[in-house]
Amino acid sequence: MELSGAEILVQCLKDEGVEYLFGYPGGSVLHIYDALFKQEDVKHILVRHEQGATHAADGYARATGKPGVVLVTSGPGATNAVTGIATAYMDSIPLVVITGQVPLPVIGSDAFQEADIVGITRPCVKHNFLVKDVTKLAETLKKAFYIATTGRPGPVVVDVPKNITDPNIKIPFEYPKAISMRSYNPSVKGHRGQIKKAVELLLSAKRPMIYSGGGVILGEASTQLTELTRLLGYPITNTLMGLGAYPATDKQFVGMLGMHGTYEANMAMHECDALFAVGARFDDRITGKIAEFCPHAKIIHIDVDPASISKTVRVDIPVVGEVRPVLEEMLELVRQSPTKPDTKALSSWWEQIARWRSLDCLAYDRSGKRIKPQYVVEQLWEITRGEAYITSDVGQHQMWAAQFYKFDKPRRWINSGGLGTMGFGLPAAIGVKLAFPDADVACITGEASIQMCIQELATALQYRTPIKIVNLNNRYMGMVRQWQEFSYESRYSHSYLETITDFVKLAESYGHVGMRIEKHEDVRPALEEAFRLRDRTVFLDFITDPTENVYPMIEAGKAHHEMRLAPGVNPDTELA
Amino acid sequence: MRHIISILIENESGALSRVAGLFSARGYNIESLTVAPTQDPTLSRMTLVTSGSDEIIEQITKQLNKLIDVVKLIDISESAHIERELMMVKVRAVDGLREEAKRLADIFRGNVIDVTPNTYVIEITGDREKLDAFLTAVGDENIIEVVRSGTTGILRGDKGLSH
Ligand SMILES: Cc1cc2nc3c(=O)[nH]c(=O)nc-3n(C[C@H](O)[C@H](O)[C@H](O)COP(=O)(O)OP(=O)(O)OC[C@H]3O[C@@H](n4cnc5c(N)ncnc54)[C@H](O)[C@@H]3O)c2cc1C
Ligand SMILES: Cc1ncc(C[n+]2csc(CCOP(=O)(O)OP(=O)(O)O)c2C)c(N)n1
Ligand SMILES: [Mg+2]
Repeated sequence: MELSGAEILVQCLKDEGVEYLFGYPGGSVLHIYDALFKQEDVKHILVRHEQGATHAADGYARATGKPGVVLVTSGPGATNAVTGIATAYMDSIPLVVITGQVPLPVIGSDAFQEADIVGITRPCVKHNFLVKDVTKLAETLKKAFYIATTGRPGPVVVDVPKNITDPNIKIPFEYPKAISMRSYNPSVKGHRGQIKKAVELLLSAKRPMIYSGGGVILGEASTQLTELTRLLGYPITNTLMGLGAYPATDKQFVGMLGMHGTYEANMAMHECDALFAVGARFDDRITGKIAEFCPHAKIIHIDVDPASISKTVRVDIPVVGEVRPVLEEMLELVRQSPTKPDTKALSSWWEQIARWRSLDCLAYDRSGKRIKPQYVVEQLWEITRGEAYITSDVGQHQMWAAQFYKFDKPRRWINSGGLGTMGFGLPAAIGVKLAFPDADVACITGEASIQMCIQELATALQYRTPIKIVNLNNRYMGMVRQWQEFSYESRYSHSYLETITDFVKLAESYGHVGMRIEKHEDVRPALEEAFRLRDRTVFLDFITDPTENVYPMIEAGKAHHEMRLAPGVNPDTELA
Repeated sequence: MRHIISILIENESGALSRVAGLFSARGYNIESLTVAPTQDPTLSRMTLVTSGSDEIIEQITKQLNKLIDVVKLIDISESAHIERELMMVKVRAVDGLREEAKRLADIFRGNVIDVTPNTYVIEITGDREKLDAFLTAVGDENIIEVVRSGTTGILRGDKGLSH
């Protein structure tokens, strides 16, 4: 078969089984767009800003586990995509981003719409390529998909100069079936000896704690994690990225840990004598003050990326490998082991945890007339029976979503944790809805974040992706305001959004349904109404209490046991 | 502690900037970096000299290994190894200095590789300390220019980096 570069590119996407291509055209990719026009297998989703393309592809990838694929033009198209690439990079999300480039002969001459995107993205991609020869295009794309989806996943950029896609130059095409690279061989299985040591330590613990993260979701290991946790009977906490890997409604789950984690999760971290870290990277939002991190614990860490191990916190038993095969081996060893968990020690550990739990650290004032953001999330959880896909932006609303929407399944909670990118939620929700048209998809957002990619409301209409936007409108960049209240004596420097957008009209002008909800008692009916409108995107603008803060909070430089609790929640009231 | 890391890396455009970029992005020290092709034209070999605590060196080697283009690396300073650097020094060679410079070059087993009525260019190879010692012996006031290649190194014994 003889194909042009543009046709080869499209054929490679088909051979990879790519369903959706999120993109935006421009001069350097017009040959590719012409090839796309002539086929129907790969469906192109025209976004309204290239950042939206990357986030939508990212949302699709997080929800499905398949790589998200993006096509943008050179120069401004490519630079607009950078925020989305960096977002995916920080959370280890597989993306293949194809950027157009000026023709090879003029690269380096400051040609029209030239940007060195390979150079610009180098620090925020897993790898990137500049294609210099059309005969290498198919192999390069194969490598891009392979690298993006294996080992620790991540975004890969393939920069394609316009002359490479010239429709008049045809060459024989065959898509490589497999690829092997001498310089890239991610480990899969863990070291047997290390796994044995890990199991021994776990079984000898008196106050064990399981701390699991995004790696369990990325590595499709929540079944194994859940099985092992239940078999051991140990408490488990999840990072923000790990929510849903273990059912949040289960009694062994003690909530999220870290800066806005629960009292019981953070106290258990502080007091545990064995910490089992699974696919989590000891981020500074969860360690707090490193010097006082888990002061009594021996630490086991499973991670596919050796560089994640002992990066910030030194661990005692590292296991380099994919979570799933490693957990499977551990399960087998635990079942065979003559040693069983110390039930006596465990029951007094659970009693201690129950005392911490009794503090009810997430309690909020339910008496007032103002709509409490936490209440909105709780109602959303009830109405969707905890089954919805929830995307989010960045700020207080994101934390309340994480704390109050109890995720029982992996890949349902879709948010930007590592980069913390405002603007992520709406395009990500579109990507998720395309992947799962029959599922409920809601975007929990704030009035500041939502405006960072608001243009994607048009995309949602064009492709009929009915999502529910739950805007927790506190008129503030609430997270910024909260820090200013706590650390800058309430000097609210530029965190109040003085002009109040009429989101109802805005939603309507984009062809959607808008609702403004100002009373507590209207919250539930409004949500019910929104979900009854199955085929419409609904923008629910909840006017919430502007003074509400996210608790608990570990402030900068503090350790796990030094949480700031909500007014009225007092550690002395722990069950005696 | 000072470490010498030998790297085999795909001879791709941009491979060097991936390594250099990693060091600047993560704030690691870099004392010197040399790179040249190997007998296998698809591979380049780099020698990188860096310093840091054990934890930092561990991260550096892990992060380097993580670069897709890196085929293999070894911290040769952890085993018996030989390290060499090439230096060319342009010194003033007038009056008594002419004799003295030649004598010093001989002591350090250097060669005079360019001569003018007023200057010599002296070439010396050795480890870093030897080159530093030569410069001290010549004296700053007599040095017009110094060019150093940066350190390269190799393991002693039967083992090589590529097999
Ligand atoms: C406003 C805000 C507040 C935040 N507050 C908190 C907070 O209170 N608590 C909190 O937890 N986070 C919080 N975060 C998120 C935080 O910044 C980090 O993104 C998060 O803690 C990282 O989660 P993780 O450790 O699970 O790592 P991830 O980023 O999910 O990394 C996954 C790890 O697993 C490894 N891995 C990947 N695939 C596999 C596999 N197949 N097998 C084995 N290992 C694998 C990777 O190498 C990596 O080390 C907050 C973020 C924002 C924006
Ligand atoms: C692109 C981007 N710019 C700035 C920030 C810093 N930031 C974090 S939270 C926040 C405020 C978000 O406000 P809003 O969306 O209204 O959410 P709220 O905290 O009020 O719930 C800001 C500005 C960010 N995370 N991302
Ligand atoms: Mg707000």
